[in-house]
Amino acid sequence: MSARTLFRKVWDDHVVDAPAGDQPLLYVDLHLVHEVTSPQAFEGLRANGRAVRRPELTIATMDHNVPTVDGPVADELARAQLDALRRNCDDFGVRLLATGSGREGIVHVIGPELGLTQPGMTIVCGDSHTSTHGAFGALAFGVGTSEVEHVLATQSLPQALPRTMQVVFLGELPFGLSAKDMVLAAIGQIGVAGGQGFVLEYAGRPIEALSMEARMTVCNMSIEAGARAGMIAPDDVTFAYLEGRPGAPRGAAWDDALERWRRLRTDDGASFDRTVEVDISSLKPQVTWGTNPGMVAPVDARVPDPCDYADPDERDAVERALRYMDLTPGTPLVDIRVDKVFIGSCTNARIEDLRVAARLVEGRRVAEHVRAIVVPGSAQVKRQAEAEGLNEIFESAGFEWRRAGCSMCLGMNSDVLAPGDRCASTSNRNFEGRQGAGSRTHLVSPAMAAAAALEGHFADATALL
Amino acid sequence: MRALRSVTGTVAVLDRADVDTDQIIPKQFLKRIERAGYGAFLFHDWMQDPGFALRDPAVEGAAILVAGRNFGCGSSREHAAWALEDYGFRVVIAPSYGDIFRTNSIVSGLAPVVLDPGQIAEVREALRGRNELTVDLERLEVRHPDGLRLAFELDAHAQETLVRGLDHVARTLTRAGSIEQYERDHTPRFDVRALAL
Repeated sequence: MSARTLFRKVWDDHVVDAPAGDQPLLYVDLHLVHEVTSPQAFEGLRANGRAVRRPELTIATMDHNVPTVDGPVADELARAQLDALRRNCDDFGVRLLATGSGREGIVHVIGPELGLTQPGMTIVCGDSHTSTHGAFGALAFGVGTSEVEHVLATQSLPQALPRTMQVVFLGELPFGLSAKDMVLAAIGQIGVAGGQGFVLEYAGRPIEALSMEARMTVCNMSIEAGARAGMIAPDDVTFAYLEGRPGAPRGAAWDDALERWRRLRTDDGASFDRTVEVDISSLKPQVTWGTNPGMVAPVDARVPDPCDYADPDERDAVERALRYMDLTPGTPLVDIRVDKVFIGSCTNARIEDLRVAARLVEGRRVAEHVRAIVVPGSAQVKRQAEAEGLNEIFESAGFEWRRAGCSMCLGMNSDVLAPGDRCASTSNRNFEGRQGAGSRTHLVSPAMAAAAALEGHFADATALL
Repeated sequence: MRALRSVTGTVAVLDRADVDTDQIIPKQFLKRIERAGYGAFLFHDWMQDPGFALRDPAVEGAAILVAGRNFGCGSSREHAAWALEDYGFRVVIAPSYGDIFRTNSIVSGLAPVVLDPGQIAEVREALRGRNELTVDLERLEVRHPDGLRLAFELDAHAQETLVRGLDHVARTLTRAGSIEQYERDHTPRFDVRALAL
């Protein structure tokens, strides 16, 4: 067989059939379900008298609209949606990791931590950040509710063959920087639409040097470059992370799996439709200044001037973004004051993210005017962080320590910003109103969020390490 | 799902690039468990601005939305397609779309038509004379009453889904034999119901 990319190997392994004149049908190995994008899908099954085809490959959790403070769900609509998920899982025989089970959490945090996310799989979920799971060499992508229904009913999806883009990182990641800085820089280079129609494969020494948590941060944000999926070839780091987790194979099956998984690499001579190189040798911590993740700059830069953009559409977009963000061209990013700080989300709420932020705030205090919260990615991350005493470090520094959930990343629960609030956030989207109507989001790494909390404005976190 | 063979109607123009699905339908409306009724919340925050394009009485009841590149990027929320469809749009015309939004639109009976920026400029010029456009999904052609005709491309799968208003699950179930064969040939990695989590 001719040389193939990692993506193509996983794709080929999952083509159910590919008749001429119709889209190939792709088999789905794991379907992750949550409360927000599934009710209408289950309703569709009911209306047509259909069952869930493979409940053994389908698992649900509660994450998007759950409160992160103790007590019952006060929001009636949210409660009804959570009740609907519970009922749907009961009726259709789907396993639910409900709030309070101790295994709940953001869907893209729990899949990997339970060992359900494995190399070479196809994984879908009604959530665009499903790309996260690509960090394990899985082909994982977000789908809409109709496709959720389709996968529930058929365990498959018709898919057009995407194009492939290799994103090669060059150089060595400077001290104190993180995967978030790498991926923000890559998005700045590729653009928010540059990945449309592509599956990305991240490669290069800096990627190989990353932990699984960090690789998940990178793949998570593939969708912010417009790509539905991003992948990283599995290696010993991947296998060490997976071994012994509940969903991972054991004994002889583990050895067999390793042998198969080691073959999941892009062959020498395989070609990509596009290759992008991102040199990170002199990378600085990244801060977004606009209303999409591609509007990003190093922390020592200034707010850009719309006049510097030659393309009239781009100039318009920058002008609009600065108006929304209430920023003046030429302002140093370090002079921008923040009101709120959010450490959390499927991008940056894993144990390693919390460790980095905790180390930075230990023995220091959050600035007087800043309200800062930490929301662990899962109940398990929360337990582990508490076992390590991270919650105490955060609380002594003036952070609020919350229960797991998506929280302020999208503000479906009561964790929302007030109009005009400016937030340093470790999440993935700085869209208008994303964290609350009229709110202003700046995307940063956990270290940069911690630094902003302490200083009350953006600051180079590496100076505080 | 409604079959869309050809759509003739008024056109609203939303002259911005990278309009994300958070703008099309903000998060507070995603808690509903129904599939209908999202039109009332379409572009909720932007609708507060009296100068917003869709507030113009001249485009009330518009069936076609002309938008900028990368329309519907971001979140996978299908509610965005449902909101546009429920509001009355049957077709969006843009240079490009967010991948997930594009698929969501097709299965929701909202046609995502691609024209390049030059062609969109021609359409907008024609609309200045008379705001009416026909998007023919059988012939894959955009027509203006003053004579402008532009061909566009749409893959056969999407075209068939839209024009026939097909139930995509039923359509895949005609391939159930292949799915069963695949399942016979491949052992699942686990049974999540049996795992000690």
